[in-house]
Amino acid sequence: MINYEYFKPESLDEVFELMQQYGSRAALVAGGTDVMVFIKQSNHSPEVLISLLATHRMLEQSKMVKNDLTALHQGASQVGSVQVRNVGTLGGNICNAAPSADTAGPLLILDAVMVLQSPEGQRRVPIEQFFIGPSETVKKDDEVLVEIEIPAEMSRFKTAYCKHARRQAMNLPIIGVSVGVLLEGDVIADSRIALTVVAPTPIRVPQVEAFLKGKPFEEAVLNEAGEIASSPECCMPRDSVRCEGWYREEMVRVLIPRVARAALGP
Amino acid sequence: MKKTSISFILNGDNVTAEVPATWTLLKTLREIFELTGAKEGCGVGECGACTVIVDGDAVNACIYPVLEIEGRQVATIEGLADKDGNLDALQTAFLENNGVQCGFCTSGMIMSAKSLLNEKSRPSEDEIRTAIAGNICRCTGYVQIVESIDMAANKNEKMRT
Ligand SMILES: Cc1cc2nc3c(=O)[nH]c(=O)nc-3n(C[C@H](O)[C@H](O)[C@H](O)COP(=O)(O)OP(=O)(O)OC[C@H]3O[C@@H](n4cnc5c(N)ncnc54)[C@H](O)[C@@H]3O)c2cc1C
Ligand code: FES
Ligand code: FES
Repeated sequence: MINYEYFKPESLDEVFELMQQYGSRAALVAGGTDVMVFIKQSNHSPEVLISLLATHRMLEQSKMVKNDLTALHQGASQVGSVQVRNVGTLGGNICNAAPSADTAGPLLILDAVMVLQSPEGQRRVPIEQFFIGPSETVKKDDEVLVEIEIPAEMSRFKTAYCKHARRQAMNLPIIGVSVGVLLEGDVIADSRIALTVVAPTPIRVPQVEAFLKGKPFEEAVLNEAGEIASSPECCMPRDSVRCEGWYREEMVRVLIPRVARAALGP
Repeated sequence: MKKTSISFILNGDNVTAEVPATWTLLKTLREIFELTGAKEGCGVGECGACTVIVDGDAVNACIYPVLEIEGRQVATIEGLADKDGNLDALQTAFLENNGVQCGFCTSGMIMSAKSLLNEKSRPSEDEIRTAIAGNICRCTGYVQIVESIDMAANKNEKMRT
């Protein structure tokens, strides 16, 4: 049954008071573009909804994000539709922890840190350790995501996100590939690779990052990076309604070099 | 069911209503204010038939928790024509250009376009298509819709210069 009270707290303290008072009978809602759909589709709601804020559209329209955090800009700009991006938030996308979340890969290659706060205090969790399974994270029930930190030096990386889907809009990715490259001359001084929808959670691919270190940025190297990324040591995509596992593997192989080149720009 | 009182600005007028917290903005518009231009197609954010403008932004009213509307400005298709009944340039363009067939998607489509044109008076075809990517039309094939929006943008521009 759908029956809930809706609170709009004005401070974080008030959020915690409500969470303490209602415990597991309450749920947090930011844009509600996951929560409201879930409530309607399951015809079941928590007793209490507690409302929070800040949207994908803000990221899409920010010049700073576009220039310095390009992959995040590309991820946030491709969530659902304008209507969904006007209300849906980055925090909601991450806390909802869908294996296909469009901002997860970009945040992984930007070394993002989730700042979680509870009445007991704050803790900082690197995004690599944040996801534990589909719709599951290390965030405890009494914690609120209050900030997502991206280290300033990450803006030195050139980054790109490719959402590979059947249609250009209003579609979850079949596969998501995020690449960050730090070049010194023609040599790859450092890199970040993340894949979405190839495992129960979005993942970093350290094997490929290690392989690329110190190599020249050239066709043969990038192609081999694609081979490594699509090998069973790195990703084990499953068959799903959206496509079969073998196709995901193939696309990882093809997209790694393509997205790396895209990261460096035209 | 327990009701909460909300106040907001609806098509330029201050309004208040008593609503259950579990209602969406769409249900409130249709059932309390009897504004049935915004439609429920899917009810879960996929089709855009329920699109209205909140504080300048197009949103899916079908998944918008109604209590979030407190103090905000809501614009629906019913408020587009002026007080004398003169249609908005978008409405005229859709009529003249066959941007409407069955009409079910039309109010949502026009509100998405309206929000785009408020932000950008001369959008490119690409920008138009992005703005209406969350609006499904089963009839037109979208070409006349995109042309209608472009035509309205041109007309607005001419009136300005
Ligand atoms: C039509 C449609 C299309 C979509 N397309 C895409 C898509 O292409 N790609 C994609 O990745 N997603 C997509 N989504 C999913 C959704 O829009 C995103 O995941 C969005 O970012 C969720 O943000 P929200 O603020 O609306 O989250 P909400 O629904 O408000 O919350 C989601 C979850 O996060 C929790 N939460 C939110 N904020 C916090 C916080 N600060 N601290 C702790 N917990 C919190 C909530 O309790 C809830 O469990 C789509 C949704 C719809 C309806
Ligand atoms: S009815 Fe709201 S998006 Fe379909
Ligand atoms: S005119 Fe019929 S759905 Fe668009």
